[in-house]
Amino acid sequence: MRVRFHDIFALIELSVVPMPKTELIHRLRRALPGTSVLCEQAELAPYECDGLSAYRSLPLAVVLPENETEVCAVLAICAELGVPVVARGAGTGLSGGALPVADGVLLSLAKMKHIVELDPLARTARVQPGARNLAISEAAAPHGLYYAPDPSSQIACTIGGNVAENSGGVHCLKYGLTVHNVLKLRVADVSGEIFEIGGDALDAPGYDLLALLNGSEGMLGVVTEVTVKLLPKPERAQVVLAAFDDVARAGEAVGAIIAAGIVPAGLEMMDRLAIEATEAFVRAGYPLDAEAILLCEVDGGNEEVSQAVMQVRKIFHDYQALTVRTARDEAERQLLWAGRKAAFPAVGRLAPDYYCMDGTIPRRQLPRVLARIAELSRHYGLRVANVFHAGDGNLHPLILYDANRLGELGAAEAFGADILAACLEAGGTITGEHGVGMEKLDSMCSQFAAPELETFHAIKQAFDPRGLLNPGKAVPTLARCAEFGAMHVHRGREKFPGLPRF
Amino acid sequence: MQGIIEQFAQSIRSAAEDAAPLCIRAGGSKDFYGGALAGAPLDVSAYAGVIEYEPGELILSARAGTPLAEVESLLAAHGQMLAFEPPHFGTHATLGGCVAAGLSGPRRPCAGAVRDFMLGVRMLDGRGRELRFGGRVMKNVAGYDVSRLMAGAMGTLGVLLDITLKVLPLPERELTLSYEMPESEAIAAMNHWAGRPLPISASSFHDGMLALRLSGAESALAAARARLGGEEMKNGDAFWRALREHEAQFFGTDAPLWRIAMKSSAPPLVLPGAQWLEWGGALRWYAGAADAQQVRGQAAAAGGHATLFRCSEKPVEVFQPLAPALLQVHRRLKRAFDPAGIFNRGRLYAEF
Repeated sequence: MRVRFHDIFALIELSVVPMPKTELIHRLRRALPGTSVLCEQAELAPYECDGLSAYRSLPLAVVLPENETEVCAVLAICAELGVPVVARGAGTGLSGGALPVADGVLLSLAKMKHIVELDPLARTARVQPGARNLAISEAAAPHGLYYAPDPSSQIACTIGGNVAENSGGVHCLKYGLTVHNVLKLRVADVSGEIFEIGGDALDAPGYDLLALLNGSEGMLGVVTEVTVKLLPKPERAQVVLAAFDDVARAGEAVGAIIAAGIVPAGLEMMDRLAIEATEAFVRAGYPLDAEAILLCEVDGGNEEVSQAVMQVRKIFHDYQALTVRTARDEAERQLLWAGRKAAFPAVGRLAPDYYCMDGTIPRRQLPRVLARIAELSRHYGLRVANVFHAGDGNLHPLILYDANRLGELGAAEAFGADILAACLEAGGTITGEHGVGMEKLDSMCSQFAAPELETFHAIKQAFDPRGLLNPGKAVPTLARCAEFGAMHVHRGREKFPGLPRF
Repeated sequence: MQGIIEQFAQSIRSAAEDAAPLCIRAGGSKDFYGGALAGAPLDVSAYAGVIEYEPGELILSARAGTPLAEVESLLAAHGQMLAFEPPHFGTHATLGGCVAAGLSGPRRPCAGAVRDFMLGVRMLDGRGRELRFGGRVMKNVAGYDVSRLMAGAMGTLGVLLDITLKVLPLPERELTLSYEMPESEAIAAMNHWAGRPLPISASSFHDGMLALRLSGAESALAAARARLGGEEMKNGDAFWRALREHEAQFFGTDAPLWRIAMKSSAPPLVLPGAQWLEWGGALRWYAGAADAQQVRGQAAAAGGHATLFRCSEKPVEVFQPLAPALLQVHRRLKRAFDPAGIFNRGRLYAEF
């Protein structure tokens, strides 16, 4: 099968006749206002990377369409000229998914940021792809409603980017990911034709294309409008903080909460280094004598929350928490969350650079995986702070390094790849919510076998036969995996189990 | 079990060689649903059994032929449930059929549908190759989300083997409230209440009676009960079961039964015959003689679609026809998974 795919790619390359840049720019300028097409080096620079700054590349041009018609015009021109297109929202992604391709156009949806319609009775909002995640909740607030997925970058990140990455957030254990909260998408296909998937109903006829589009990393189409579900704001939310002198016991307490039938709105864990960094930065009042802290939020009706808080406190005490504290008021609750939400920048102050991983594991594997990460940290001589969406098993180890020191970036990347391998060995996945992008292509070779990768390529082809949308991201070619094969660990079965690897 | 998988793969490979259709089937409880059965039967009921169940992880993995009743009673024994309340439509329903049909019950608007709980699948494609997508974790964005794509695909993309689902705790208590009111008021009320922080887990309107089910902690139900008024229904559980399983008299009709999914707040549909609303107004069952064009036109105007759910004869497409661009994508996806076009031919759309 590998040969067949190579043939297809060879055909694709043959069918794309390279166009001079001037022709492309000329055509784009005729279709869009002059100020919406950027091609000078200095204008392009801000778009050279997304939130993963280790990868940089300048596109041929950046276009900033103001409406769907302009998006379609850009796509039609690029399709005709065989020019690749990379869509971008706010550029806050952490896996290089919006990294420009050097011979392509970067399509920024930043100007399409309007909330088109809000229907408080049906509890839906129809928004343009460049609308900020938080802006939707702000617009819904007067009606007592909000948009549930809340990635930590929600002040800046856009709903289009959220759809591309199937973003989660601290509340997704209870309220789901983007895929659970999107009802309808208007999508421009690679040739600039519009199609609609989903609808105003709770399901749609035919295949569940919403499931495919959410998390497709801009590979299948360009989203021009999103209809999201809005939820009623819970009457009350309360957070309980607990400190533990043992990470494993904190992990067990998490399992006990779930087993007790409580579905917390958020359940977060931080380890010692993350606590220290955050406390120095935000002064959230986290105990500094702990190996791990847990933040458990419960929400719902007033009485229900009171009851759940009592249960959670008891479980924490049963698991020998050093301290258990319930936020006295809304201000303290916000402060406790502020610490967690600032964990990345706080850890960022400890070193010139950090590299954030996103593996997800079955929760019970937490002690084993954390021990392995500590072992790897010693091996690479790089510190790591662990921030963990404990409720759903999504681990964010932050590897600290200094890119200006020779070899440290390489070491951090190798460290990261080893962490992902450990997540796979534990029965998990290489990415829970940040996406594959450019960053985790090699790790995809470990998670999936050739027939599965071929199926992904075939899905891509069903939407984008010539492979012009965000080429080279999210799904590695089989050739790349063959080269990576020497390191191949598939579903926990190492090819060379006898070899020591760190 | 690997032997059974090899047998399935062998059947698939030889069917693909001859381009001979295969009809994937286990308990047969959903035979009535979708286009007519076609092809040589591929009976998957022997591939059964729960593989892994970790109550503390909120995850259950089971083989596709596992009886749905077995899955649900195991979960209930641990105080958990399939929160999408799948209809069984018979005692022989299996987990695989439940996923392939993609049908969800009364709790759907509040808890989510089958697809929302899909975490991973292991399957055989049209070349007889074993594929795994998703996994046994709550969050997973590695590769396209193929496991969710299987929900509601009517078995047209492959033979499901192992299915991993997210499960949820059973609510501490449930109670049902009822009210008498006309349809338009009921639609307004269901939508209004769904926008308030209330522990509503199901809603229904039929024959002048609005019913709301509340689920949650005792204290939460008491508080909501005080706010919502209404009469408490004595046999609430039986009422919702009759709706979920279509055991209520309304569903025993000889008239064609349509399933109309649409915008929840849309005004009453004007169609000759009887209707039963659920999902806060987002799902309207219609039993009557209106022609397909009329039903589908009204559904589309309300942002939705209509399925000819049960009918002794199916003179029209069962599912709402797709726009040409979408049909094209469907054909290509079908070809990607099943190049010889052997699986459940015509069960979803006549074109494939």
